[in-house]
Amino acid sequence: MDLIASLYTGSGYWNPLVWLIAIVVVVVIVYLIWSRGESGYKKGTLQTTPFISGNPEPEKSGVHIPGGNLYWGYTEALKGYYSRLVPLHTGRLNDYLLWYLGVTAIIMVVVVVTA
Amino acid sequence: MITDAIIANSPALLVMIPLIAAFACPFIGRISPAVRNIWVVGAMVLTAAMALLLAGEVLSGGTVVYTFGASAAGMSIPPDSGGIPVRIVFTVDAMSALMQIIGGVTGLAVILYSIASDRRHTGLESYYTLYLLMIAGVMGMVSTGDLFNFFVFLEILSIASAGLIAYRIDRGVAVEAAVKYFVLSTIGAMVILVAIGIFYGEYDALNIAVIASRMQFTLLDQVALVLMIAALGMKCGAVPMHFWTPDAYSMAPSSITAMLVVASQASLYGLFRVVFTLYNVTLNAATVGWIIIVLGVLSMVVGVTMAIPQKDVKRLMAYHAISQTGYMLLGVGVGLAVLGNQSLLDAFGYVAMEGGIFHIINHAMYKGLLFLTAGAIFYRIGTRNLNRMGGLGHNMKYTMVFFVIGALAIAGIPPFNGFASKLMIYESVFMFNPILSIIAMVVSILTLASFVKVFHSIFMGPRLPEYADVKEAPAPMLIGMGILAVVVVLFGLFPGVVVDHLIEPAAQALVNQGAYISAVMGGV
Repeated sequence: MDLIASLYTGSGYWNPLVWLIAIVVVVVIVYLIWSRGESGYKKGTLQTTPFISGNPEPEKSGVHIPGGNLYWGYTEALKGYYSRLVPLHTGRLNDYLLWYLGVTAIIMVVVVVTA
Repeated sequence: MITDAIIANSPALLVMIPLIAAFACPFIGRISPAVRNIWVVGAMVLTAAMALLLAGEVLSGGTVVYTFGASAAGMSIPPDSGGIPVRIVFTVDAMSALMQIIGGVTGLAVILYSIASDRRHTGLESYYTLYLLMIAGVMGMVSTGDLFNFFVFLEILSIASAGLIAYRIDRGVAVEAAVKYFVLSTIGAMVILVAIGIFYGEYDALNIAVIASRMQFTLLDQVALVLMIAALGMKCGAVPMHFWTPDAYSMAPSSITAMLVVASQASLYGLFRVVFTLYNVTLNAATVGWIIIVLGVLSMVVGVTMAIPQKDVKRLMAYHAISQTGYMLLGVGVGLAVLGNQSLLDAFGYVAMEGGIFHIINHAMYKGLLFLTAGAIFYRIGTRNLNRMGGLGHNMKYTMVFFVIGALAIAGIPPFNGFASKLMIYESVFMFNPILSIIAMVVSILTLASFVKVFHSIFMGPRLPEYADVKEAPAPMLIGMGILAVVVVLFGLFPGVVVDHLIEPAAQALVNQGAYISAVMGGV
């Protein structure tokens, strides 16, 4: 019984086994819906070919979207934030040390003043 | 009889086994590579077994005190010493035991992985020697009850880590990353040494329990506290002192990067040990707690937002490691902020601390796993650039499954272990300050978004012609990843058991300064 003990979080609880049972129930329902679907589906025919406004389907190796193209909109929207944050990462050891010393100084002031 | 002796001396053996194995490694390596591999794996198996054995002892029987050179291991104060533990004393409480388990399990998984991942390289005697020294450094740091000893093990760990970051010396950038890490680590360690000197000058002692029992929180103590917080915060990669982390994590061999995560967590342990055990309620808990919370929030936000645009998979994961460290700082920082208020501590402080501490072990497992999967991919295709990857799910199915487990865990998706610890942090921190909790949740969403990108970039899409013949990672690498993946899944499925038996005692050990002091000084 100890193994299936819930995790109490102070204001609630979490039991992954209950969650897993719920997932299994959902999967069974999805399977039942799927099994009642169209049975005439045939792989390798026109049914599985994408329709691109009548244009021929390009080679699969030519349509892979590399990682650099993802989240362009996100970084573009936060351009102001990134234009300030990224240059701070200069790669120079002197800067790393200055940040360390600066943080030490700030914490020192805060701790000593509030003590 | 022998078993009793082993158990009685397990704190010493935990450091001695990797230390002796490390120094013997160059000689054993001259026999044959196979014998060397058996030697280092055997040493790591013994070390992990010793960590689990000692953890069992601590969790069942309370704090273990081991005094080097004493007629009885528990006799920390010699009769003629004037009440001061003059010898080196290891004090292993539940928090130390937790860290030892992390070091042992991750160390074993990584060394199995290394046997395959680095077999094509030269200089493996040095590699394994430094690796075992790293293990000895971690185990020493989390076991010792002596501040100077802590400094010594920190230095052992830093030197070994720097050597391993530069291990692939053919890449100039690896050496550059190692130099940055080494300079910062050395300066941080020297600053810690200054703080230790302050304690020694003030209290005539180096033992943590003795200093804690005499702590006055004078101006000098405040200076020493700040020096320790900043140095250990920098060593664990807290923003804005994190800059070395992406450099070092991305340039080290992937197996070593997984251990660097544990090394950073040993510094995090040091930070928590200082504020809770050394100072506890003598310090201004709200102020110092908020300092740690601010470092945590900065780490979470800056780490994840810097990760998203990265194109180097290991650099991306390194920024995520910074971000995840933020959760640990946030959880434990909230616990510290309410340390003097028992009702708030009971209402949410303990849960926040347990969440932060639980996240330490969870992070070591899933982040170690993710770095190992990144290493397996690099091993097979020779690039870390996400723009040049794609379609590897066709050929590296097991690696993909392990990656998915790690990615879902780090993003806090149920039922994996990251969800359990993050849930504890969200709910408890919400009661302290809702905005902090909301920030933590948003960071988790961004983490998921980032790993969706990585998953798509590496594994999805059609099979690319240049990777048509790529094979699955070798079996030892899969075994190494498998060990960590199993822990990630089990900790996720049975979080209540882990928290009750491992995490809660660790949190109690940190908060209960009196128990730590009396374990060493016997109520003196």
